[in-house]
Amino acid sequence: MTMLKEGRPTAPQAVDTIAIAPTATGNRALMLEEALIFEIGSTDTTGVDFAEAPRVASRLGSLARTDAIGLPGLSEQETVRHYTRLSRQNYAIDLGLFPLGSCTMKHNPRLNEKVARMPGFADIHPLQPQSTVQGALAVIHELAAWLVTLTGMHSVAMSPKAGAHGELCGLLAIRAALEARGDARSVILVPESAHGTNPATAAFCGYKVEDIPATPDGRVDLEALKARLGPDVAAVMITNPNTCGLFERDMKVISDAVHAAGAFVYCDGANFNAIVGRVRPGDLGVDAMHINLHKTFSTPHGGGGPGSGPVVLSEALTPFAPLPFVEKQDDKFVLVEEETAEDHHAQTFGRMVAFHGQMGMFTRALTYILSHGADGLRQVASDAVLNANYILRSLDDVLDAPFGQSGPCMHEALFSDKGLADGFTTLDIAKGLIDEGFHPMTMYFPLVVHGAMLVEPTETESKAALDQFILALRSLAQRAKAGDEALKGAPYHAPRRRLDETLAARKPVLSWTDPALSVAAE
Amino acid sequence: MRYLPLTDTDRQDMLSVIGASSIDDLFVDVPVEARLTGTIPGLPPHASELAVERHMGALARKNLSAGEAPFFLGAGAYRHHVPASVDHLIQRGEFLTAYTPYQPEIAQGTLQVLFEFQTQVARLLGCDVANASMYDGSTACWEAIGMARRITKRGKAILSSGLHPHYVSVANTMAKFTGDALVHEAPTLDAATDIDALIAAIDKDTSCVVVQYPDILGRIADLTPLADAAHAAGALLVAVVTEPVALGAVKAPGHMGADIVVGEGQSIGVGLQFGGPYLGLFAAKQKYVRQMPGRLCGETVDAAGKRGFVLTLSTREQHIRREKATSNICTNSGLCALAFSIHMTLLGEKGLRELATLNHGLAVQAADRLARVPGVTLLNDSFFNEFTLILTRDAREVVRTLADKGILAGVSLGRLFPDASAIGHGLVVAVTETVTAEDIETLAAALEEELA
Repeated sequence: MTMLKEGRPTAPQAVDTIAIAPTATGNRALMLEEALIFEIGSTDTTGVDFAEAPRVASRLGSLARTDAIGLPGLSEQETVRHYTRLSRQNYAIDLGLFPLGSCTMKHNPRLNEKVARMPGFADIHPLQPQSTVQGALAVIHELAAWLVTLTGMHSVAMSPKAGAHGELCGLLAIRAALEARGDARSVILVPESAHGTNPATAAFCGYKVEDIPATPDGRVDLEALKARLGPDVAAVMITNPNTCGLFERDMKVISDAVHAAGAFVYCDGANFNAIVGRVRPGDLGVDAMHINLHKTFSTPHGGGGPGSGPVVLSEALTPFAPLPFVEKQDDKFVLVEEETAEDHHAQTFGRMVAFHGQMGMFTRALTYILSHGADGLRQVASDAVLNANYILRSLDDVLDAPFGQSGPCMHEALFSDKGLADGFTTLDIAKGLIDEGFHPMTMYFPLVVHGAMLVEPTETESKAALDQFILALRSLAQRAKAGDEALKGAPYHAPRRRLDETLAARKPVLSWTDPALSVAAE
Repeated sequence: MRYLPLTDTDRQDMLSVIGASSIDDLFVDVPVEARLTGTIPGLPPHASELAVERHMGALARKNLSAGEAPFFLGAGAYRHHVPASVDHLIQRGEFLTAYTPYQPEIAQGTLQVLFEFQTQVARLLGCDVANASMYDGSTACWEAIGMARRITKRGKAILSSGLHPHYVSVANTMAKFTGDALVHEAPTLDAATDIDALIAAIDKDTSCVVVQYPDILGRIADLTPLADAAHAAGALLVAVVTEPVALGAVKAPGHMGADIVVGEGQSIGVGLQFGGPYLGLFAAKQKYVRQMPGRLCGETVDAAGKRGFVLTLSTREQHIRREKATSNICTNSGLCALAFSIHMTLLGEKGLRELATLNHGLAVQAADRLARVPGVTLLNDSFFNEFTLILTRDAREVVRTLADKGILAGVSLGRLFPDASAIGHGLVVAVTETVTAEDIETLAAALEEELA
């Protein structure tokens, strides 16, 4: 059956009018309040047994730590309970649809976790002799080959630790390439719809940042971009598919113009998910692009990270790639850690991180890639785009879709708060979604759209899951249009009600202090 | 394609709702010449779970894992026993598959952990405040130099010769582009640290002095005179800790006057993982909190008056300040911070001190035993769990030969400092609780044979 536009919206719901009996503990059956370790632990308690230390004379000189450190311990069972209880206050992709636009929260297969924990990968040291880590170097080499082939690029720098770190890598390579040809340029052009990390990265590389406006249909203003190109422009940082969820149709024309002006094209590859197996960025003239392995190739994000951001590079930028890198020489894999005059990376801009990048993410990503294969990855992009367009078309009668007529969206659908009743905002819709059992979409991004709601379902959602989400969002849209005041108090059913973020910023409390001590200090 | 739940019937139904005749219609905005029509040549099709596990297992078995060998490597990454419950808990789906806590009402689990982590880190490093983690120690070190530049408005950082050479490389890479001037000398095989030389180098242009503790050769020194000298000149002291277990036994840098303390948190809870993902620790004095890079979690209350936690002070961040942000860091190392925090909670102060004492005791035993091998000299008399041996010939060859015999002997200084040939006879040996008395005897015997 198909999900019809008229759907079956739920009636606006009143807040529970029946008084909820309080509990003495603050607990609510399976939902348990959990104190901080500093309140329940003690510095005399430990959950770990050790062998007795040898009785030897100390070699610490005068530096022995004699003060109390203030680190509470818990027994093993208390520890397991503490973290299990806390975990239950989190929403996660394992619990349901997580439609954060531009964040690409997809299923995390457990095979990836199993592989990453194989002792041959998890229990090896980054400075072991190369003869003892040939399998690990082979993983890096094999993953690199996939990334280069899928993107149609020339090489890949594997060491960046996250997407934003990859941006830094790409811009450092561009800057090194420009300096190598004695061409000092000072400006990076960044379209309005770029990720916020883009201008921050450009500034960190010592560049001035200038914005390029968007057209009314949500794409880069080609004429404005062409007009601004000149001998002072080092690069254009462009996101494709862009953060309005649209494919930049003029990408090749933009690249040609940028190259003709002697500059480079940096592509924010956060959205590679939408085109993998269907378009190669190399064919569009991209010079450098980071790939968020955790997004496109499903490595778990663990409440904020780790990420991993390998950067694919064009032939022009390859000599400037960071160290170290892995090469195959005859039947051996070699980790090149220092520049040598004869190799083709002799102009490297140097080292970005202490060791070789996020190995634990490489094993997961390669496992995911091999599981999908070339055919499966093409289907990934197809289903991601199909799911997003299904959401867009199932909701564009109740929610404003500012670029709904600009062509199919890619893997994310963009809505706005236009048309909601006075005083109702994107925030209310988002918090209402929490009560409906969904993680909210990305709010207020991209900045070019007022009250933006960016919905990214990803390819690992079933039609049934999408239909349930659509039902919830239709209901919320109708409540917000009808001015249902109860919506402004949402969420009602989450572990916490709306939190006072202003208070947190005005009077920052960033670590726990014993109340007895803080009273004594006053 | 077991991870893709849509059936062909679903796809047809959905296309009809969209009003498209095929998936290809959804890619009309891609220029025709850039559209791939079939699968990309040269890449294999999807494989079964069993086939993938076999392939990856075969690659894993080509590596000599630390558990299979007498193992003595350190130099910025350390092997410690991680209790089973740590890995069990971080694999709970609600932690493992959560995202950055942008919706605090349904992310209190992650947020409370980060608040507890920040407190644990601040106390361990001896600072007022810590952030919710960075990529790793080396990038945190660079960010500390950048922060010192913002605070002092000066652009010259003096790096200790005992700072991990990879950390120096990262700083050098960034400094080329930001215009910072870095002062750094390669170390010599000297038993004394370079504290006096660092003090002598401080001038009115100095933004900070960066010193590792314990340093790359395993040496430890009181940082107080260095902190005093830096402060007298209007500069900051940045201390770098690559082995946080040490702080269960030795004084915290923050208590010796360091203004910013950064570190590599890998050795508590995270595991070796061939270099990543690791865990950058970052802490500072309270007065510098608004100049700190990275995410911060703060305490607040909800609309019903209950205590809760949110990400805060985001006005320093890239998504608001764009090119004026305090850093371009977007991701932190959330899952690694969780592992660190759980492991630290299991240890508690009592366990951490016991662990540190055990590490130190075994290291003392090992150092004394290895120093008795003919041709081996123990460089530093003062150390925590890592020390430097000076051999009668280049340690790189010795390490390679011993690896062929199944012994992972340590990190040769020649590998870390390829440009400083005078240091090539140095071998940095780390001893943790995972090393047995038999391991030490095996290494001693092999060294004796090799150096004979």
